[in-house]
Amino acid sequence: MPVGFTLNGTSVVGHSDETLIETAKRYGVEIPHLCYKKGMREDGNCRACVVEIKGERVLAPSCCRYPKDGMEVTTNSPRALLSQKMVLELLLSDVPETAYTRNSELDQWATNLAIGKPRFKARHQPPQDLSHPAIAVNLDACIQCGRCVRACREEQVNDVIGYAFRGGEAKIVFDLDDPMGNSTCVACGECVQACPTGALMPARDVGLTVPDRQVESVCPYCGVGCQLTYHIKGNTILHVQGKDGPANSSRLCVKGRYGFDYVQHKHRLTMPLIRKAGVKKSKEFTVDPDNWGSVFREASWEEALAFAATGLKDIRDTHGKRSLAGFGSAKGTNEEAYLFQKLVRTGFGSNNVDHCTRLCHASSVAALMEGINSGAVSNQVRDVVQSEVIFVIGANPTMNHPVAATWIKNAAKTGAKLIVADPRRSDLARHATYYLQFNPDTDVALLNAMLHVIVDEGLVNEAFIRDRTSGYEALAENVKAFCPETMAPICGIDAETIRAVARLYATSRASIIMWGMGISQHVHGTDNARCLIALALSTGQIGKPGSGLHPLRGQNNVQGASDAGLIPMFYPDYQRVATPKAKQRFEKLWGMELDPEPGLTVVEIINAAKRHEVRGMYVMGENPAMSDPDVDHAREALASLDHLVVQDIFLTETAYLADVVLPATAWPEKIGTVTNTDRMVQLGRKAIEPPGEARPDLWIINELARGIGLDWNYSHPREVFDEMRTCMDSIAGITWDRLERESSVTYPCEKEGDPGQPTVFVTNFPTPTGRGLFVPADIIHAAERPDEEYPMVLITGRQLEHWHTGSMTRRASVLDNIEPEPVASIHPLDLARVEVEPGETITIESRRGKISLYARADDGIPRGSVFVPFCYYEAAANMLTNPVLDPFGKIPEFKYCAVRLSKGGPTPIHSSFGGGTLLTETSLGH
Amino acid sequence: MSDEAAVSFSTSKRKQGKKSARSTPKGRRVDPKAHQDVLALLGDAPRRRDLLIEHLHKIQDRFGCLAAAHLVALAAEMKLAMTEVYEVATFYHHFDVVKEGEAAPPAVTVRVCDSIACEIAGSRELLTRLPALVGKDVRVLHAPCVGRCETAPVAVIGQNPVPHATTEKVTALIRAKAVKHPQPGDGTSHPHLDIVAPGHIDYAAYRANGGYELAASCIGGAKTREDVVAAMEDSGLRGLGGAGFPAGRKWKLVAAEPAPRLMAINIDEGEPGTFKDRYYLERDPHRFLEGALVAAWAVGIAEIYIYLRDEYHGCRAILEREIAAVQSNPPYPLPPIHLRRGAGAYICGEESAMIESIEGKRGEPRLRPPYVAQVGLFNRPTLEHNMETLHWVRDILEKGPAWFAGHGRHGRKGLRSFSVSGRVKKPGVHLAPAGITVKELIDEYCDGMLDGHAFYGYLPGGASGGILPASMADIPLDFDTLTEYGCFIGSAAIVILSDHDTATGAARNLMRFFAEESCGQCTPCRVGTVKAVTLMEGRNWDQPLLKELSQAMIDASICGLGQAAPNPALSVMKYFPQEIE
Repeated sequence: MPVGFTLNGTSVVGHSDETLIETAKRYGVEIPHLCYKKGMREDGNCRACVVEIKGERVLAPSCCRYPKDGMEVTTNSPRALLSQKMVLELLLSDVPETAYTRNSELDQWATNLAIGKPRFKARHQPPQDLSHPAIAVNLDACIQCGRCVRACREEQVNDVIGYAFRGGEAKIVFDLDDPMGNSTCVACGECVQACPTGALMPARDVGLTVPDRQVESVCPYCGVGCQLTYHIKGNTILHVQGKDGPANSSRLCVKGRYGFDYVQHKHRLTMPLIRKAGVKKSKEFTVDPDNWGSVFREASWEEALAFAATGLKDIRDTHGKRSLAGFGSAKGTNEEAYLFQKLVRTGFGSNNVDHCTRLCHASSVAALMEGINSGAVSNQVRDVVQSEVIFVIGANPTMNHPVAATWIKNAAKTGAKLIVADPRRSDLARHATYYLQFNPDTDVALLNAMLHVIVDEGLVNEAFIRDRTSGYEALAENVKAFCPETMAPICGIDAETIRAVARLYATSRASIIMWGMGISQHVHGTDNARCLIALALSTGQIGKPGSGLHPLRGQNNVQGASDAGLIPMFYPDYQRVATPKAKQRFEKLWGMELDPEPGLTVVEIINAAKRHEVRGMYVMGENPAMSDPDVDHAREALASLDHLVVQDIFLTETAYLADVVLPATAWPEKIGTVTNTDRMVQLGRKAIEPPGEARPDLWIINELARGIGLDWNYSHPREVFDEMRTCMDSIAGITWDRLERESSVTYPCEKEGDPGQPTVFVTNFPTPTGRGLFVPADIIHAAERPDEEYPMVLITGRQLEHWHTGSMTRRASVLDNIEPEPVASIHPLDLARVEVEPGETITIESRRGKISLYARADDGIPRGSVFVPFCYYEAAANMLTNPVLDPFGKIPEFKYCAVRLSKGGPTPIHSSFGGGTLLTETSLGH
Repeated sequence: MSDEAAVSFSTSKRKQGKKSARSTPKGRRVDPKAHQDVLALLGDAPRRRDLLIEHLHKIQDRFGCLAAAHLVALAAEMKLAMTEVYEVATFYHHFDVVKEGEAAPPAVTVRVCDSIACEIAGSRELLTRLPALVGKDVRVLHAPCVGRCETAPVAVIGQNPVPHATTEKVTALIRAKAVKHPQPGDGTSHPHLDIVAPGHIDYAAYRANGGYELAASCIGGAKTREDVVAAMEDSGLRGLGGAGFPAGRKWKLVAAEPAPRLMAINIDEGEPGTFKDRYYLERDPHRFLEGALVAAWAVGIAEIYIYLRDEYHGCRAILEREIAAVQSNPPYPLPPIHLRRGAGAYICGEESAMIESIEGKRGEPRLRPPYVAQVGLFNRPTLEHNMETLHWVRDILEKGPAWFAGHGRHGRKGLRSFSVSGRVKKPGVHLAPAGITVKELIDEYCDGMLDGHAFYGYLPGGASGGILPASMADIPLDFDTLTEYGCFIGSAAIVILSDHDTATGAARNLMRFFAEESCGQCTPCRVGTVKAVTLMEGRNWDQPLLKELSQAMIDASICGLGQAAPNPALSVMKYFPQEIE
């Protein structure tokens, strides 16, 4: 509502929901402020923004006050100015004369208001806290404005920073006033971004360096798709700030904010490498990137490209089209993914193209395609603010999708009921109304028991079932056998809780389900996802705001790479290879005949390589020699290839087995789009130049395509994107110009100018009948269950600081410093059983392999289980995992295999990276 | 399991060069032993956030301190972040947070009140001499006003208040391990039982004397809400906590807000020099409860919260017993009544800070608007009253509004419970007509000045109300009458200074008090009080700077503490210029 009032004697029009300070700003009247930051809850504590309101006894904080009709507000009266200036002077008297930042808001306002040298004696100053590798804590510059507290508690909801003690002793603390580096701080850096005085700053004084320029881009890590701003000097990224993107509103996590210096690591590949004649490939190796010269020699681009292409071409021409395969990357751009699959389909001549989506959400996608014929999310993450119930299962978003988790926590704080179901108790559990620590491998038991309650108690949405689904009767019949009382002993959750949760989910105004690899990485991953879909369909909890299905995507572009057709059974936009109409469409577009058979999936390709049916491979930006299950077997298969071309930025384990290695560009060194978990197509912009002879991936793909006989001339990603629009209806309306302008556009966006649809399936599902299909699921056990010989369960996954196989993050100094060593997380009581002290080495052995690493006591791990991140080459978790596949999604069972523990074992040995030494090296180097 | 498994926090280290893996997830972990302790203490008690301070008391009472491990365990048990527990625990004086490597406090704590009435009665000497006399197992702390100014100086051994404290009295009681607040008939003999536990009208006696008949008749329909509210308005009764908002109008305002509405009763009587609420509680605790029930009926209150300052251990025992008595045999079905215990924080007497504290948080006052009548406790419309305000409801409704309004002097109306302390012969709570002058109060109610003392000046409204010289002893004491002198009556705490005292001494004492009691939220108060203490050292005050600072504190502080904190200093500059240069 517009509100007329006077501001410094002039009539102005404010709004009933606009604070005085904002209205004043619109009218060009600047009022000093420190605790106020747009976008944050107003707190009104610093009192620098006080103004005089006629008729009121005292001054009012303009950041917290809303206008009333006829109000007379004066911001510059002697009385108002006295208090504004006194507040600044009081604060100024207690901070050091030299600021820790070039952008102290206190200094700026003091200058604006001509505050001289403060007339008060300074307080007794606290010492610096430099215990954290990423953040320097200079509380002598703290003005107690609480912006960091709000950033930590109300925005990120990491709940580390507090305001303790009182009066003049009141201070910012971490946990129990612990050194920041010893606290539960997850280094999201939101506090640093919020601090107005440099009391919290990036460590090692980087904030004092003047950047030459800023470049806006997207974070290269997870699927949340946070936008960010690179601050650059010369060709070096100084620091990163969150940008106000639609998925993150300036929020970032530790990887996005502090994990960028891998790009300038000394191990970057700067020249093409060709395997030296006579150097044999073997599965037994440890990569030492410092010592590449024993295996490879440098080559020119001409030689390397010719060598790479000739090898592939010869195999194709000698052994047939299906003897080649390609692994694209979910870390590359949409344009790269599109060209890569096009190269395989048209240049190699088969559909043997896949990527790591196979290892992540393949089963989820299989179930979603079967049920509703779309693999993408129905609602965006931030839609949780509209949810009444948020059901997070088999996901640990505070670790793996940290900024997405902040939205979930925000929603939980404002009253949404959060249900967290996961064998591992994550940080999210504290915010949950219900936390279900169900037994590993019993997802279907738990979910079918919920469905049983919903059917049995008549909580179904009959109209939705009638109008929008098919197959309900079969589901209802199937779940009869799954009453909570019967399932309780199986899944470990008591029947009453199962009933309560089922009722809560079914009857809320809007329920959303979010899931991760805990659902998908099982032999019954597709069944798990089918149950989730059935939950949504039976209750009508989909197709409306705050209500739907959201598989949390792992990699920054796993959605986009899948959309672009980096999948053996789908062309771009999930057009089925097996459907003649789709095949014809692409044959027409690409001007050649295509293989009518779907290709092999990741693990199938590896198995085929082992059998010498696949003889040559092109791997772009993936590291199957670390990421595949039973990695010993995968390495053996890769080593047995006749010709392996690897394109990457580091000499990965996979590259180590290559015949030719092509040095590519890192994310900040190129242009392209990526698609996040929310179906937002976002533009990454080039920030710095690549090192040495490293070249953009798009250029490399183009050149290699030419080398194997394709007449390609793509010179810029926008040309590729334009071609994609012609064959991908979902993005047909997105123009490159719009991306440059808006940085982010949500699909479906079928016509130019469409706003994009954040929520889909509102009226129907994209199936031929428009209906969603119920697919009943029964209990299937994990392929390898604990027994006397191998009594424990191994769960693999990721850590907050490390990305995928660690090739980037273990070369990012801060991330490497925070998590330097391979660790196995185990319940303290299980550790005690094998007489291992926390921090000691422990050996984990499965039927496939054995690793030794450090034990971490974590009572969030269920008894009988051990959790190992798969990013540590010196103790590769995938040496242990079971390569058995879900029959539908062909996803390996990374979340479950039998292992045994024993005390001790060899100390993990680093080659030339990892171990937390990088930070010391770089800071000494500066 | 080994304890180190869970408590390896203190061993985590940061070496230069190669870093070792953390043996636990980030930060402190729950120590299983500490968790067991907390589980045992909490029992079946709800884990709701608003009970945090209650739960902290349980730990502090049992272990004599709040060990870091217990705070971490409590946080986990309550599903709170560690820092949420820590920032609350460190806010309140009566919680002793002890971290690894720190010594736990001695088993016995002696708190010597050093607020103005006790200071002029000699508390400084106690504070100087006691530590050497009590031994290592006892610590001596200075404390803000403990609400027994009529018996200044006061020391409190554990929970046992010692009126007219001397080193001899205190050491004798320590030797006797007398650390509990005595109660009549508790089997112990205490030299000062009659002073600190004078005996009260219990539930049976109160009812025998017609108690709760008024409340029951309201519920029974004998009166209309409109009539009752009108009577309250006609009586002219104003809020007696200090702000003086008309009680009847407040009932009307809150009743107009949407249900559910809550009531919060403020017995955080912390204004130095004030002890009237304690006086009535120790004698007639049911009277305010009945007033509260009438108000609850008239306003449509769903639940009643009573916030009692932690210093009033005797009153807490009385209230716990008497509330239980009325609840177990109610005159009619009562709304839920919750008794909440403060933890040592003057600021929690500020209504919105009290609400924060009842919610289990730091006692930081809220910004207004919105007012607590609209958005108060648990964000519900809240009827907030000082205890004494409710104390008068029964009399006003039984005797009629004219009875209350019929009192008064010098054109003022009503009765005031003056807490008088300082250099008079008969300090104490004196129920006197509103508008009485300090001269009349001293002469008619206090038997005059102490022998050997000449009247020099007075604090008309505790620490916050300013200081006036003896030459201004004829001003009627009431709401509004002192405004033109830069003073106010507040909770009617009158501290009498004599020629043995100085106004500057009093002002310094008060500014130190404000600096220690500032919640630390807003700049003018948090930083301003500390800077003002420095500016007020010695005789040579930087008066222009102090005045400028005072103006900003008055104008820009969030709550009454900061806004009133400069009053004593301003009074000195205005009325006692001879004391400074």
